[in-house]
Amino acid sequence: MATIVGAIATSHIPAIGRAMERNLENEPYWKPFFDGYAPVRRWIQDVEPDVAVVVYNDHGLNFFLDKMPTFAVGAAPEYHNADEGWGLSVTPPYPGFPELSWHLIESLVSEAFDITMCQEVLVDHGFTVPLSLLWGRESRSVRTLPVCINTVQFPYPSPARCLMLGRAMARAIESFDDDSRVVILGTGGLSHQLEGKRAGFLNPDFDRLCMNKIVNEPDELARYSVQDLIRFCGSQGVEFLNWLVMRGAVPGAVEEKHRNYHVPISNTAGATMILEKCGEALFASERG
Amino acid sequence: MRVQHDDSIPGTVIFGGELALKGYALNKMCFSFNDRANREAFRRDEESYCRKFGLTDTQRNAIRSRNVLQLLEAGGNIYYLAKWAGIFGLTVQDIGAQQRGMSVEEFAEMLRHAGGQ
Repeated sequence: MATIVGAIATSHIPAIGRAMERNLENEPYWKPFFDGYAPVRRWIQDVEPDVAVVVYNDHGLNFFLDKMPTFAVGAAPEYHNADEGWGLSVTPPYPGFPELSWHLIESLVSEAFDITMCQEVLVDHGFTVPLSLLWGRESRSVRTLPVCINTVQFPYPSPARCLMLGRAMARAIESFDDDSRVVILGTGGLSHQLEGKRAGFLNPDFDRLCMNKIVNEPDELARYSVQDLIRFCGSQGVEFLNWLVMRGAVPGAVEEKHRNYHVPISNTAGATMILEKCGEALFASERG
Repeated sequence: MRVQHDDSIPGTVIFGGELALKGYALNKMCFSFNDRANREAFRRDEESYCRKFGLTDTQRNAIRSRNVLQLLEAGGNIYYLAKWAGIFGLTVQDIGAQQRGMSVEEFAEMLRHAGGQ
């Protein structure tokens, strides 16, 4: 059966992609942020995942308000990025894993998660920036599976529902009959707000609480309402919903192997974490 | 841990059905700016591009004056508006500063101090 090795949470804003395109990683503004990814890339080398399930939100590249799915799952052999309108250069396509996608879709729907199935979906910076950060812009060493959460139009799914979705994803992935090593990416956040008179809102205290609790007490965070999340981490900080799906998708206890948190990165609190599934060492020795 | 039940959050837009309906044409126009050809068509003749999408007078005035708070009020959604702002090379920091009524430098300084709280 497929193995879930753990999860990586990471910011995904376009400014990160732009900084990478311009080789600004060692500039004083960016260094404290990018330095936080060296341990993440080392962990990936050690743990060797070959599939990345990417939980992200679309920002108006693929989905418009004409049809806005709450949860959408990609089921394509390949995923394409495209022009988002404000200058980030388009990345090469990403290999998919349609067999795992359809297994996930069938399993989720059988558990009453009525998701939208997408054989064509353009993936935006919420998907591409994390993959560039973790594997490099051109590398295509992992197969990918996009899971898109609506954070564009209300009502959004609740934190509790997102955690439940993640747990159902874990049951699906662990019942997939092959030897894939799956890492779950939760992208976006942490606190930030782009619009309104409160634009620029940041809340490091709440971000730290979220990072602490998501490790092994995610149910405490699932008790917040969506409005609570927006109040405490900003209208785009609500992307923390992606992190909750991610955490749910790693079953049982996890060990926090790494965290980096830096304010500000553009308008946001930049953050990354590695949550390794407890007992993973056993799996590593088994594959000896 | 659910501490409050009041849905209103000061200075914050909750983009629900009412705004989605009100802003549909405006957002549809902004969604079209994913394509370079459409961005160029807007640049060439802004008024007729707006007319093509059926924007209201309020929305057209807000587009004309580049006023993000007015666009939000008129039903604009920030994710689509960002694509419109990109046509003029405006970043999220420029937009943030404009909405706050401060200079971009002041806005960046506020962020550095983890401002807004």
